[in-house]
Amino acid sequence: MIQAKNLTHFYGPYPAIQDVNFGVRKGEILGFLGPNGAGKTTTMRIITGFVPPSRGQVTLDGFDVVEQSLDARSRVGYLPETVPLYTDMSVNNYLKYMGTLRGMPPGAIKARLGEVIDVCRLGDYRKTQIGKLSKGFRQRVGIAQAIIHQPQVLVLDEPTIGIDPIQVVETRKLIQELGRDQTVVLSSHILPEVSMICDRVLIINEGHIVAEDTPKNLAEGLQGVERLEVEIGGPAAEVLPVLKGIRGVNDVAHSNRDGRHTYTIQAESGQDLRDAISQEVVSNGWSLRGLQMVGMSLEEIFLRLTTQEEL
Amino acid sequence: MRTAQAVAWKEIQIYFSSPTAYIVGLIFLALTGFFFTQDLGDPFPEATLTPFFDGAIIVFILLAPALTMRLLAEESKLGTIELLLTSPVRDWEIIIGKYVASLVFFIMLVALSFLYAILLFWFASPDPGPIYAGYLGLILYGSAALSIGLLTSTMTNNQIVSAVVAMGILLALFFADRAFGSVSGKAGEIIGEMGLRGHYDDFARGVIDTTNIFYFVSVIAFFLFLSIRTLESRRWR
Repeated sequence: MIQAKNLTHFYGPYPAIQDVNFGVRKGEILGFLGPNGAGKTTTMRIITGFVPPSRGQVTLDGFDVVEQSLDARSRVGYLPETVPLYTDMSVNNYLKYMGTLRGMPPGAIKARLGEVIDVCRLGDYRKTQIGKLSKGFRQRVGIAQAIIHQPQVLVLDEPTIGIDPIQVVETRKLIQELGRDQTVVLSSHILPEVSMICDRVLIINEGHIVAEDTPKNLAEGLQGVERLEVEIGGPAAEVLPVLKGIRGVNDVAHSNRDGRHTYTIQAESGQDLRDAISQEVVSNGWSLRGLQMVGMSLEEIFLRLTTQEEL
Repeated sequence: MRTAQAVAWKEIQIYFSSPTAYIVGLIFLALTGFFFTQDLGDPFPEATLTPFFDGAIIVFILLAPALTMRLLAEESKLGTIELLLTSPVRDWEIIIGKYVASLVFFIMLVALSFLYAILLFWFASPDPGPIYAGYLGLILYGSAALSIGLLTSTMTNNQIVSAVVAMGILLALFFADRAFGSVSGKAGEIIGEMGLRGHYDDFARGVIDTTNIFYFVSVIAFFLFLSIRTLESRRWR
């Protein structure tokens, strides 16, 4: 349903996201998990066509969001993080207006309005001015406008941020129900939330996708890994087995850029392998040109996520 | 097209439910009422709306930007533009919808001033030609002023900035005909011809000249075009 290829977006000289690739199948609920500022909102804005990617491409149901923008946009329902609403309109009028903007004929809006109001439990507030609603109810109005035209794709940016715990539970249930018929992409910085709702999770940090799996596998398999990047002057064929032989090394990836051989080492966490690696390199007569811990390990990213419900 | 209508209808409703529009209406009627009655105090008054038409354009330099400043600047400020631009709506439909809404409100304001004309016809027998022409001119002038205000509202998320810049442009165009004297040669002529006032004054005198109509229509088309382009460019920033 959604295909994203090499998405890159720059704000000025700084990349908000870089070479992000992912796909979402029809009927799947995909979660973007990452700390604040990781690039979640930028990615969602690109999917919905609000911001064009600096490089790369997104297609929705086969329609390019930039080239065939109207076709793509008519298939999306979007709830931005800040839930922007026209505060001086009533709930009814606002939903009718959004329905019309999404190209629904008046008859269809009338028929659908009651359903949406029921699903989002807004029954008692149909005629209330949006400005007078509490944050939780505004969130519901936000979801209602996103689903009124029964879009094939639903994009929800932090749908549970800033609302009270009971409403959080309700909202999650609602999203799961919606996810039965629709493709849902949502973002969150709360680990348990994503594990609960999503079929698949993309962990995004500093603009890169660092992991992608089912919530279960992520929680189990990705604990306890650290990464080192080493540049070694020596024949790669000989270096690789030596590095792999060092105790505590799980995996080694080799890359050769203009004759510079770089090895990315996945190590068990808690062990500092820098001494062991440099000794091996020197004793084999190769030259050690660089050695550093790389970025954040998944574990650290997890630590920066909210791992517990703030109840 | 239906979406443009929906945008227009929503904006018209907001005009009538917000205080700004009523304040604008009040100031317009109070000031133009003053211009209208001023000459009637003469011992031998002339049955004419010319003072009203002369005053109205000055009033609209201030009021037209007040009517348009909210249109897109507020959407940018509140973030509602994110939902507007991610809906399957073409940029021109948004601009035209917003423009038509401001135009409808403006024409209703002008219609309120028909009272002055009715009073004239009631108590005297004015020459109807300049009155019809004057109203045509006033509506064309106001439409142009609104298109300028719409452009500045598209360019910023700050309503004050939008209003002040629009007033600046309108004032510059108002005084442009002074360039005839102060800037020599062709340049002065070109700048002078760009002035709103010269093209408007003919109408107020009862002359309907197609050159003048063409001038105002071009101004409107030019600024609406720029507004659409500016909105489009948001997608690339």
